[in-house]
Amino acid sequence: MATTQRITLTVNGETVTREVEPRQLLVYFLRDTLGLTGTHVGCDTTQCGACTVHLNGQAVKSCTILAVQADGQTVTTIEGLGSETHLHPVQEGFRLKHGLQCGYCTPGMIMSAAALLASNPHPTEEEIRRAIDGNLCRCTGYIKIVEAIAWAAEHPEPVPVEVQS
Amino acid sequence: MIPAAFEYHAPTSVDEAIALLQRYDGEAKILAGGHSLLPMLKLRLLQPAALVDLGRIPNLRYIRRDDGQFTIGALTSHAEVEASAALAQAARVLVEAEGLVADVQVRNRGTLCGSLAHADPAGDPPAVAYALDCEFQVQGAGGARVVPVDEWFVDTLQSALEPDEVLTAVRFPVPPPRTGSAYRKFEQPASHYALVGVAALVTLDEAGTVARCRVGITGVGPVAYRAQGVEEALVGRRPEAAALAEAAERAVEGVDVLGDLHASVPYRSHLARVYTRRALAAAVARALGQPDPGE
Repeated sequence: MATTQRITLTVNGETVTREVEPRQLLVYFLRDTLGLTGTHVGCDTTQCGACTVHLNGQAVKSCTILAVQADGQTVTTIEGLGSETHLHPVQEGFRLKHGLQCGYCTPGMIMSAAALLASNPHPTEEEIRRAIDGNLCRCTGYIKIVEAIAWAAEHPEPVPVEVQS
Repeated sequence: MIPAAFEYHAPTSVDEAIALLQRYDGEAKILAGGHSLLPMLKLRLLQPAALVDLGRIPNLRYIRRDDGQFTIGALTSHAEVEASAALAQAARVLVEAEGLVADVQVRNRGTLCGSLAHADPAGDPPAVAYALDCEFQVQGAGGARVVPVDEWFVDTLQSALEPDEVLTAVRFPVPPPRTGSAYRKFEQPASHYALVGVAALVTLDEAGTVARCRVGITGVGPVAYRAQGVEEALVGRRPEAAALAEAAERAVEGVDVLGDLHASVPYRSHLARVYTRRALAAAVARALGQPDPGE
């Protein structure tokens, strides 16, 4: 029987405590244990960036971090970025500029972009491209993604969600 | 992919970590940033009985400059080294190489010391360790020891670190005036690993001839190495283009050059010579306070 360990961390602003196996990866903790399936598993080999989340505000690949390493830390996933009523500017940028096609890479791509803008609110195109170097997209050719992030940099306010009745 | 089960320990002191390593008698692995170790566990290339996580040990995350040397602690990430203004000014080769390690997310988690202990034959930091003449501060049950870079990289994925030892920091002398350094890399575009990575450091004397030269090369052989032939060819000469090109010809001298899917032996050897020349040219330009040369 595998031994488990109790961990407590903050995920999207909420404190969660769970028993986990030490070998459980953070991405599976988020998806399978907490049900936050917005974070995707792509390559599962630290290359594609689909699993990118923020750990203490930094973009990281959650497929290459043990859940126990995140004990006591703060995690933000794509679900925690905007709100029910407002989109994060990067989310709105991706919507407006068609920064996605199939959408698989999108959560990770947005988390990388959001981390960039948090530390560098006015990036150059080269800085944007460098910030998403660890995120692979197989649809767009990246041009629309770069435009989406540049749009978000120019529009840093959260965007109200229009609900159609 | 899920690693095989292991016991997990998060000690809060280096002594406690060493005691745990001893208890597992070679069956435990040290976890720092985890960006070399966890991929190997997921692929089940390694199935250690236990992981000893250094992440909860205080005071291992730092970049210090004192007594004429820089010391970088075990938990300092690639991103922290990349962002250091003091290092950018004094040891450009290190900052340049760290900024080319994998991608943003990997640099945020992976550590310089972890990469040096892992000794990946295509990792970027090992080449820089030769250029900067690094020394490795190691702590074990019998006390502390210091390992010079020429004794550190033993073989593919094998450093001089014993199974019950911890690499607590890496240090190197602050390069003297009229020194320039540079890292030049040709990377495998998917993995970002170096097909060839060359770290060069050149110190000029007052007359403008090369007083000292250090060249480390990664990605080319079974383990990163110091290109002593290149160094010898350049010391005492004026660093003109012809001299740099001549020295760079010796980049793979005596090396068992790797050939694989991405680069055959002749191609990789050629790249090593070209990138050595470019790294030397950039280092010389910086030593002279000139802008980087075109490539």
